Amino acid sequence: MAGSTLVIKDLHVEIEGKEIIKGLNLTINGGEFHAVMGPNGTGKSTLASAVMGHPKYEVTGGSITLDGEDVLEMEVDERAQAGLFLAMQYPSEISGVTNSDFLRSSINAKREEGDEINLMKFIKEMDKNMDELEMDKNMAQRYLNEGFSGGEKKRNEILQLMMNKPEIAILDEIDSGLDIDALKVVSKGINKMRDEKFGCLIITHYQRLLNYITPDKVHVMMQGRIVKSGGPELAQRLEEEGYDWIKQELGIEDETVGQEA
Amino acid sequence: MTVDTQLPFDKQYVSQYSEKRNEPQWMTELRQQALEKADTLPMPKPDKTKIDKWNFSQFNHEAEGQPISTLTELPEGVQSFLNTEDEGQNLLIQRNNSVAYTSLNQELKDKGVIFTDIFTAAKEHSDLLEQYFMKDGVQVDEHRLTALHAALMNGGVFVYVPKNVELEQPIQSVFWQEDPSVATFNHVLVVAEEGSSITYVENYISHNESDETVANIVTEVIAKDNAKVSFGAVDNFAPGTTTYVNRRGVAYRDASIQWALGQMNDGNTVSENVTYLMGDNAYSDAKTVSVGRGDQKQNFTAKIVHYGVNSEGYILQHGVMKDNASAIFNGIGKIEHGASKSNAEQESRVLMLSSGARGDANPILLIEEDDVTAGHAASVGRVDPEQLFYLMSRGISQEEAERLVIHGFLAPVVKQLPIEAVKNQLREVIERKVY
Repeated sequence: MAGSTLVIKDLHVEIEGKEIIKGLNLTINGGEFHAVMGPNGTGKSTLASAVMGHPKYEVTGGSITLDGEDVLEMEVDERAQAGLFLAMQYPSEISGVTNSDFLRSSINAKREEGDEINLMKFIKEMDKNMDELEMDKNMAQRYLNEGFSGGEKKRNEILQLMMNKPEIAILDEIDSGLDIDALKVVSKGINKMRDEKFGCLIITHYQRLLNYITPDKVHVMMQGRIVKSGGPELAQRLEEEGYDWIKQELGIEDETVGQEA
Repeated sequence: MTVDTQLPFDKQYVSQYSEKRNEPQWMTELRQQALEKADTLPMPKPDKTKIDKWNFSQFNHEAEGQPISTLTELPEGVQSFLNTEDEGQNLLIQRNNSVAYTSLNQELKDKGVIFTDIFTAAKEHSDLLEQYFMKDGVQVDEHRLTALHAALMNGGVFVYVPKNVELEQPIQSVFWQEDPSVATFNHVLVVAEEGSSITYVENYISHNESDETVANIVTEVIAKDNAKVSFGAVDNFAPGTTTYVNRRGVAYRDASIQWALGQMNDGNTVSENVTYLMGDNAYSDAKTVSVGRGDQKQNFTAKIVHYGVNSEGYILQHGVMKDNASAIFNGIGKIEHGASKSNAEQESRVLMLSSGARGDANPILLIEEDDVTAGHAASVGRVDPEQLFYLMSRGISQEEAERLVIHGFLAPVVKQLPIEAVKNQLREVIERKVY
């Protein structure tokens, strides 16, 4: 068993009546790291939110399945319980709920009643992962993301990823707002997750994250769909030459959504 | 002169009631005068809440309560407000209008600390009580309800902490209105002499789902120079009780009064919490948490008035409204002329859980001095869908996610409550009221 498989077929997504994703196809198998790249405004973050079931995004066509199960039929919490995870670009701040209580609730949410994680085991694992991410230990007792700096929030997302151990994770611009040292730490955490079962979709604007996390496949998104796919060398070429050559190749003048007419 | 108070309680009744309790003459007279005044005084007018149709007149006035010998005799719903394990605690339980249980540490008694029911205080500490009773805190003739309170007072406690005595353990009163039709006209008076400190916590409990009655409560807290009073409360009257509760503090030089109030009544409620910062460097913070449900209407005022130089007042009100409940939150900071270098801050936040719920937050600053600082913030809103999405994306159910957000919203006040058992109880009450 090589882990789970997430299949996105001919996906169409609208926000407030405006179509943002226009027929997107993508398959992520357990053990694979995919990167979706593309300039701003091409629908990358919409893809991430739609897969997780954000209420603002309406799926108007196509399908998303996880191991054959219809993801679109699931509530947000059911998607998480099925094995999906979204590391958010802008994680919410929740006052009054400590980071550590939240982590424990999220882990226990995926376990049967009566089979909750042992508290000592939980603390040990949290401490270990926090060390890995070079996080201050007192962050465990702070309220969830409240007053965290941009970098701290991103580390905290990866801490949750490491603790929750999903089948398939989507990382939405996990590199934005990180300095190079923080980027290395966060990448180290993500690389730790790599095994033959864990599948990951990395959404990024910049190639620089991919210097530290080598993707198996790279996809370029423009005008709400994937317009080009390749191996790690595609990311390299984008780093060197930018996106213009793809636009020329495909005859695209403006890559943002809604400009193709 | 005839007294028509629209109440079945006339001057003769009040005199007899007072006599029966062997009250000192000053108190009998105060009651009689108050009853006369009640006849002509207007009702209070809480901002934006009409109370003229509320029941303030239908109730019984007197009921005995059986004493208990151990705390475990109490029903579950009362026990949960206590730490029943701790036999050595400073605790008074009032059952209807009688004291059912009382316990005060011997060491505190030896130091001159008084913690007794208001009737015993009137007999045994008459002069001391008279010195403070409805003098500098709440006046008898503020309005009809304060006058009625004085006339018909039928319970309460007196707490007195002598000079420089610092209490390490809290003092707790539990007011259990067992009889569903009997009114609670409680008077609580806490006097902290110079340099003393005390933590006092009180709980009101009733179970009258349909029987109608009234609670008319006045609490006065006097903090002398450099005294510190930490005052916690969980009000938990059932739907049948219409409540007027007035908690007032007077803080002198370098004194501090900290309020943490869990306003969890299920009936219509007017709650006023006012603190006068009389002395220089006086400090007060008022933290309140409220939950409204059903068709409940409530009006909450937290007000701090600055007279002393360099005085500080902080108001934090958090409320959750569900079903068709409505509530007005008034946060008022008033800086009088001469109270220079003072700071008044206030924050009122209301979270609404249903489309029928209504909440209104009114932060008000009234400033009559130039050299001061002040600030306010208010918000009325619904549970943020982004927060729910975030929590649910980690596998947490919608119900649990909402629960976390609500607890988080109320936590800043809940965690301030000074007794662990009461804190946990408040969490449970919130849980029960919210879901």
